[in-house]
Amino acid sequence: MTVTLPVAGATPAPDMAGPDLGPATHLACRECGATTPLGPHYACTDCFGPLEVAYDFGQVSRERIEAGPPSIWRYRDLLPVPAGVADTPNTQPGCTRLVRADRLAGELGLATLWVKDDSANPTHSFKDRVVAVALAAARELGFTVLACPSTGNLANAVAAAAARAGIRSFVFVPQDLEQQKIVTTAVYDTTLVAVDGTYDDVNRLASELAGEHEDWAFVNVNVRPYYAEGSKTLGYEIVEQLGWRLPDQVVIPVASGAQLVKVDKAFRELAELGLVEGDAPRIFGAQAAGCSPVSAAFKAGHDVVRPVRPSTIAKSLAIGNPADGPYVLDVARRTGGAVDDVTDDEVVEGIRLLARTEGIFAETAGGVTVAVLAKLVRDGLLDPAAETVVFNTGDGLKTLDAVSPVVGPLGTIAATTDAFHALVPAVATR
Amino acid sequence: MNSAVAVRVPTILRTYTRGESDVTVSVGERATLADVVVALETAFPGIAGRVLDDTGQIRRFVNVYVDDDDVRFAAGLQTPTPDGTKVSVIPAVAGG
Repeated sequence: MTVTLPVAGATPAPDMAGPDLGPATHLACRECGATTPLGPHYACTDCFGPLEVAYDFGQVSRERIEAGPPSIWRYRDLLPVPAGVADTPNTQPGCTRLVRADRLAGELGLATLWVKDDSANPTHSFKDRVVAVALAAARELGFTVLACPSTGNLANAVAAAAARAGIRSFVFVPQDLEQQKIVTTAVYDTTLVAVDGTYDDVNRLASELAGEHEDWAFVNVNVRPYYAEGSKTLGYEIVEQLGWRLPDQVVIPVASGAQLVKVDKAFRELAELGLVEGDAPRIFGAQAAGCSPVSAAFKAGHDVVRPVRPSTIAKSLAIGNPADGPYVLDVARRTGGAVDDVTDDEVVEGIRLLARTEGIFAETAGGVTVAVLAKLVRDGLLDPAAETVVFNTGDGLKTLDAVSPVVGPLGTIAATTDAFHALVPAVATR
Repeated sequence: MNSAVAVRVPTILRTYTRGESDVTVSVGERATLADVVVALETAFPGIAGRVLDDTGQIRRFVNVYVDDDDVRFAAGLQTPTPDGTKVSVIPAVAGG
């Protein structure tokens, strides 16, 4: 299948009929409420506040969703994408497993625990969801190139999605990124640029380049209002997989904070549409102590987030100046949740705990959420009797360096039974 | 003697700068970022109100860099801007 794209170099300009973004009607500023037509805009011209997609959903039913494809496109009626989005080349992310985690629950003293394991997406993180929505919107908005600043997972997702769609891509990453994430980006033949600086430096560069190259869709910069909506599908899926029920509480990693905010939005949309009943879930945010500006603000009772310079092994969460940080604080406080943080040692323990109890190998961000979950239980902030969902947003194979110093073979032996029994005497005497 | 400060203007403020993405303003020798904003307002009326809020502080969703430093890590509007300084104004709602 080929993609019809505008001529390279053309300035994005929706045709007279405007872009076909399905149920999306316009963009609205989250800060001052000013509205703007659907287009390649991301910041409010009045106050620089973030723009949010507004919708007229019309009729949406459980049956229509359930009859949809086994990907995020089953929720296309709730996303800023054309009705025929599933027919254009994309990585078809979503519909990842929701794992009943009884052994982990038992270890932590929880009654009912689920792991939303988004490592099963095509490039092994939740970023495939947001990129698929961004790509669909970018096509409609007339962009010709896909690009992003990334801490790694997004780099994978953009490079793969662009390859699949047959369009050029540019990916910018901090030069100290995990080797696994560099290789798993470069293999898609993207133009990968390592930047001597932190993610926040890379982000700044991308914002400036977005101003110079108006036909480039930086998915998390100038297409961010559409891109971020893709994270809603995590919330939709959890509800559908629970049999159209809301969980009582969820624990979600916080980098920019957009994912947590959009999952909350998803729960509220489903309730407003009458697709689900019950109390809104309590939403908890998880950060690494070495990059915990949102957790610090939550604990201090602040409603603004003071940027920090990150220093943590959880590089996919190492955003020192999180764009959605203030909104994470709003959501956590409104729903009766919290935001907490854990040390890098606890992150590694979180990865090992999830692996040991559930056979799920999480990347460092997943280690953060599991470790924060354990901490919230210990501190009495999370109800152990309530049904809980914890997010694993990426695959442990991407962050091998985090655990390679602490796991490995018991020993190296000759290929003889004597040598084995000498190494493992308990087995020899059984 | 005056100092020349180069300012990179984000797309959404270029309506004030007649489409220019890079402008230069002249400020005093011991000028700070606050003086640069005043000079910008003189040259491009209305632009200061987009960058600063009603209390005169940098808006919540605006990042300002003096050379390579986010001024929130420096002295904010009191950050010195000597001759040759490059200032970048960037929407903060990016990334992640």
